[in-house]
Amino acid sequence: MARTFTEGSKAVAETVKLCRPNVIAAYPITPQTHISEELAQMVANGELKAEYVTVESEFAAASVVLGASATGARSYTATSSQGLLLMTEVLFNISGMRLPVVMTCANRAISSPINIWNDQQDSISVRDAGWVQLYAEDIQEASDLHLQAFRIAEHPEVLLPVMVCMDGFILTHAYEPVDLIEQKEADAFLPPYQPQYYLTPKNPITFGAMMGPESYMEARCQLDRALCGSTRIVEEVAKEFKKRFGRFQGALVDTYCIEGAEIVLVAMGSVISTIKEAIDLLRKEGVKVGLLKVRCFRPFPREAIKEALVGAREVLAIDRAFSPGSGGVLATEIRASLQDVKKAPEIKGHIAGLGGREISVETIINIVKDRKSVGIEDRFVDLKEALLK
Amino acid sequence: MEKHLFLAGHTACYGCGEALGARLVVDAAGPNIITTDATGCLEVFSSRWPQSAWAVPFIHSLFENSAAVASGVEAALKALGRQGEAKVIAQGGDGGTADIGLQCLSGMFERGHDILYVCYDNEAYMNTGVQRSGLTPYDSDTRTSPFGKVSWGNRYLKKDMPAIAAAHGVPYIATASVAYPKDVQAKVKKALSITGPKYIQVHVPCPLGWKSDPALTIKVAKLAVETGLYPIFEMENGVVTKVRKIPRPAKPVGEYLKLQGRFAHLFKKGGGEGEVKKIQQIADENIKKYGLLSEAAEKVAVEAEKE
Amino acid sequence: MKVILGGLAQPATSLANNTGTWRNYIPVFLQKTCTGCTMCAIVCPEGCVYSVEKRKFTFDAKYCKGCGMCAAECPVDDIEMVMEEK
Repeated sequence: MARTFTEGSKAVAETVKLCRPNVIAAYPITPQTHISEELAQMVANGELKAEYVTVESEFAAASVVLGASATGARSYTATSSQGLLLMTEVLFNISGMRLPVVMTCANRAISSPINIWNDQQDSISVRDAGWVQLYAEDIQEASDLHLQAFRIAEHPEVLLPVMVCMDGFILTHAYEPVDLIEQKEADAFLPPYQPQYYLTPKNPITFGAMMGPESYMEARCQLDRALCGSTRIVEEVAKEFKKRFGRFQGALVDTYCIEGAEIVLVAMGSVISTIKEAIDLLRKEGVKVGLLKVRCFRPFPREAIKEALVGAREVLAIDRAFSPGSGGVLATEIRASLQDVKKAPEIKGHIAGLGGREISVETIINIVKDRKSVGIEDRFVDLKEALLK
Repeated sequence: MEKHLFLAGHTACYGCGEALGARLVVDAAGPNIITTDATGCLEVFSSRWPQSAWAVPFIHSLFENSAAVASGVEAALKALGRQGEAKVIAQGGDGGTADIGLQCLSGMFERGHDILYVCYDNEAYMNTGVQRSGLTPYDSDTRTSPFGKVSWGNRYLKKDMPAIAAAHGVPYIATASVAYPKDVQAKVKKALSITGPKYIQVHVPCPLGWKSDPALTIKVAKLAVETGLYPIFEMENGVVTKVRKIPRPAKPVGEYLKLQGRFAHLFKKGGGEGEVKKIQQIADENIKKYGLLSEAAEKVAVEAEKE
Repeated sequence: MKVILGGLAQPATSLANNTGTWRNYIPVFLQKTCTGCTMCAIVCPEGCVYSVEKRKFTFDAKYCKGCGMCAAECPVDDIEMVMEEK
């Protein structure tokens, strides 16, 4: 294990390299670019033996990794924002064909208006694509998640694609000390991908057959069962990672100061670090506040969330994306998860940090302090009302 | 039955040119291939779960990504050191190739993947019920380019796909027709002997969409060639190296058009002769451009015999 | 039939599908003037025409849809299409 002070994108690229992907296809888009550039350089230097396919669009990137994965190759792509939306059609196909592709989504806002800065509207918008979605809190976790992602994806009981979501710029372009794993250790954790079914004349199987009303629903149900079942594998892999490398930042969820907390903040991604700071300050003031970090958003870990929130009086969800006309997506799902809980906590949703708007420690403290004076409707935090008059 | 790699029991229509085309292609290529296909008739009639008409590895993903999926297959074979295991053949219909799939195809060409792309050209979106595509011929009556009081049908000319492929520096490009099955197969074999991207466009009549007699699929296809409307040629490294000569004098386009309901309006409505003349002009230009007319009538007869 | 990984299909399984039931007309291979040119076998969209001897061809009724291409392309008119009695 070597500790280096490095950029988030570089740390991720280094870890992807450790995973020994056979085929990489990516198309440049801010803020994903540094990851795909780093990998291209590694291939150019001969440090990474992989086919790097310089595609003409994200749609093609997703299609290339689909074809490569179906041929038995460990395949990786990375994108952001519009790129992820352009891939959408293929994303559903990759999961439908049960191909264990791994992708990094450098989370970024969606146009229009065009905005290159961070929020999570991109990955949240494709939540129904049938991928496992994991959200990183910091650079170390973003980096570690990639090794775990391939293990989860390729697990014979899962065989589904995994999207590692890391906040654009905040994590992709920031520098932090990161512990990088040695290749030998990585190889022991992640053995080569050995698919049972792949495109080969030795067993000339047909992929992507058409299904009618007599079987389509069963195929979709099978996908759902595999995705729901992957919670166990996500946990198992996180535990094994901890055992081997000593690091654990949660499996499906993680908690902070949740013992005896009356108020629990719930969030995903880099805002978790900010919330932890805010909690430390609030706790000093005697506010009984804790945190539930949702690390795995798909499959949605209903039971783990229920368990963590059951003693709380108030839940304050923070969403970095929303469903226009409905509200915060995390807030909505948490409400649904707790609907059968007796004396369920009051849940308030907060939409914050869209398009790169800063979520500061103060923002979080205000969310906690203002909670009694706001209604139960999900609200946009730190709005500049003057711009809306 | 003979041993084929694309098998009976598929659910293509009576007299389907595309089913024939696909069988000719994979039979010529042999078992050591991996095939991809775009959404469309071929995919639907060959791979309705739990059945598959393919005896070779086959993957269908989406309408517009056959070439990109094939790029991934080829990259994977390379990365895994399995190049010797299989050649890659990407397939698509005219819409999946020339319209919605053109960007992925361009990427595949430009990156130089070792893939043979086969376009089965039946000149419209047949799977969705006969709508015009970029390869629908002039004046063809389709559901989105209908003949009407103020319309003669499709207003546009066929997109010149071989020229687009050539502009990418594709080393081997060919057109072919199911009317000449041995020629289709020879071209597939030749293409597979060349490293890099290859493009073959096979003319495949669709009795349903063309409103032609299913029994006459080969005859109709042959007339498309013999009138000059569907020039059959090979282009190697940007230069036309071989053309299928047609008997002199070339058959008038009317002979071809009259066999198909999609052109019936040209012979019913007053003024249709003018339109037929325009189509004749298209054929004449092809004949001139590719030098399609044979030197002497006898020589062609001998070639036809061989076929 | 179990759904495997989103619907993989086994190769060459379409042979189970009896497309011969679509047929209205059935080819009759007269086997009189056949020259063995193989055109009937080559152009059959089902690939279900085959030779039993060099100049003797027949077809698999399980799959033949009765399109009539074999009869139309036979250069010596040795195949006839007749309405099938069912």
